[in-house]
Amino acid sequence: MADRVIKKSEFIELIDRLLESYRVYAPVRQQDMTNFQEISAADQVDLSLANTTMSPKSIMLPQSETMFEFNVDKTSDQAAILRETEKDLSPRLIFGIRPCDAKAFQLLDLNFDTVAYKDPWWVARRKTTTLMGLACNAPCSTCFCTSVGSGPFAPEGLDLLLVDVDDYFLIQVITEKGEKLLNEEGIETEAAGAMKQAALASEKSSLQSIKSVVSAASLAQHDTKTLFDSDFWEEVQFACINCGVCTFVCPTCWCFDIQDEVHKDNGIRLRNWDSCMFPLFTLHGSGHNPRAQKLQRLRQRFMHKLKYFVDKYDKGVACVGCGRCVQQCPVNIDIREVFRLMND
Amino acid sequence: MENPYLPYPVRIDSVVTETEDRNLKTFKLIFLNSADREKFIHRAGQFAELSIAGKGEIPIGIASSPTEQEYLLFTVNKVGVVTTALHQMSAGDVIGVRGPLGNWYPWEQMEGKNIVIIGGGFAFTTLRASIVYLLHPDNRSHFGDITVIYGARTPGMLLYKDELAAWNERDDIRIHITVDAADDPNWQYNVGFVPAITQEKAPSAKDAYAVVCGPPIMIKFTLPILRELGFPEERTIMSLEMRMKCGVGMCGRCNIGGEYVCKDGPVFSLTQLSQLPGEY
Repeated sequence: MADRVIKKSEFIELIDRLLESYRVYAPVRQQDMTNFQEISAADQVDLSLANTTMSPKSIMLPQSETMFEFNVDKTSDQAAILRETEKDLSPRLIFGIRPCDAKAFQLLDLNFDTVAYKDPWWVARRKTTTLMGLACNAPCSTCFCTSVGSGPFAPEGLDLLLVDVDDYFLIQVITEKGEKLLNEEGIETEAAGAMKQAALASEKSSLQSIKSVVSAASLAQHDTKTLFDSDFWEEVQFACINCGVCTFVCPTCWCFDIQDEVHKDNGIRLRNWDSCMFPLFTLHGSGHNPRAQKLQRLRQRFMHKLKYFVDKYDKGVACVGCGRCVQQCPVNIDIREVFRLMND
Repeated sequence: MENPYLPYPVRIDSVVTETEDRNLKTFKLIFLNSADREKFIHRAGQFAELSIAGKGEIPIGIASSPTEQEYLLFTVNKVGVVTTALHQMSAGDVIGVRGPLGNWYPWEQMEGKNIVIIGGGFAFTTLRASIVYLLHPDNRSHFGDITVIYGARTPGMLLYKDELAAWNERDDIRIHITVDAADDPNWQYNVGFVPAITQEKAPSAKDAYAVVCGPPIMIKFTLPILRELGFPEERTIMSLEMRMKCGVGMCGRCNIGGEYVCKDGPVFSLTQLSQLPGEY
């Protein structure tokens, strides 16, 4: 599918037009952070940062969402019978998502969209959402996407990929869903050779600027129990305070909890993000806890991403190299170092 | 699309207090919609999530056999928020059931083999389902000798006492009931811990599978005895417990290594378990 091109000034108008038929999510400045949120006008978008503080996972897996509703009024013949909560599943567009975060959605599909069971909300949201990505011309010092199967210009998981070329966006058309959106909006001007050359040059210089490299090649070959019992966990966990910020900002951390809430006669069952960093995550009713120690919890996070996931799906590590956990960890635990310890 | 989180509504048909400490009750559940009953096809060893609107869900082994088609049985120990609420409920109340979930004892592999069932305490629930299944006239001839060793702390803490007595009268099942201690002078069965009784009764490992379910301390001391008796790891079958939420391998908490106990388990052979990190 041929690349298209659009002037940035026209692109602003395009976003405003798309707002009529899509719910549009894009990076928006929120005090000290830039995060994805639903916008009502194109001028809210802030593309000045390499990436958002939070990953866009909440767009597919909200931090808290109602699954079911019920009433507990015993006089009702529907008492205690759960009803599915209606969701707004109208078409959505995520604009400005980085290739690493789009790849993360693909990895989470492996968990939520399986042969045996399908998470109905995840699957529906994935289906009704179009991903218009933005290539990274200037990656951060903590980006290591190229080591883990993604890259600053990687198309995987995206429908469209925009490349910032001076006063224009070159638009790479990746899927039919993306092509349909462009055709419907009349974005049909094909990119000229010079424009493509400029985009390629950006890609090359972006790739060269990524100095952070990890090795994951040997992870699949290593013995699970040997890794599990390795001495290095003691050192890695020493400073960890189990705050959970790594799991909170991570685009590939999907664990959730299910809770009920009741107000007067009306109740809801909701799911909330959870974290393997917290002891309650695995506490049995009996009081027994298989991961009572912080070493066990920290080890679980890294073993899951870099070993269990690798072995279970044969699709690489459950890490896209976005570097958020490296930036946000208050005690400087660095997953790149854990890659080295586990892989070498 | 089927929503795997949506429970089937069921009505509590009866509640039986099983044990002298009144902490274990068996709930007999009837589906409100017969179509749901037809969809719920389980094998002995599987579990389900019991859902109490406003309190939450709990994963509980299914105590009824697939051959008991009109109802489901769950024996529930009172430990937390949901189980306490359930213990306060009575016949007629509506709750939810989500399942069947997880895998089951390897019935296909066990066909034609001798079966040794070893249980302790309130972990006897899916073992009861298994015994009822095995003894059903349609199934009994498909299996060899059946030996059961079941222990509880005291006579009053045994589950399913009437059924135990009835099984004890049969000649197509050998049953060894034991208690840690009994002050009843008329106690006619064994006294001693499950591992000791297993050693004493020494069920043959020849062409046999051992199915073991009980508290960690019982498992710890029973496994070496089964090894001594000659049960290989691949014919030693166990069922595990974990804190669970989704029950369908998605919420991420019940893993042992790369295996989710809710979806890939709860039934594992000792061979499978020995390849996993010992984090359970």
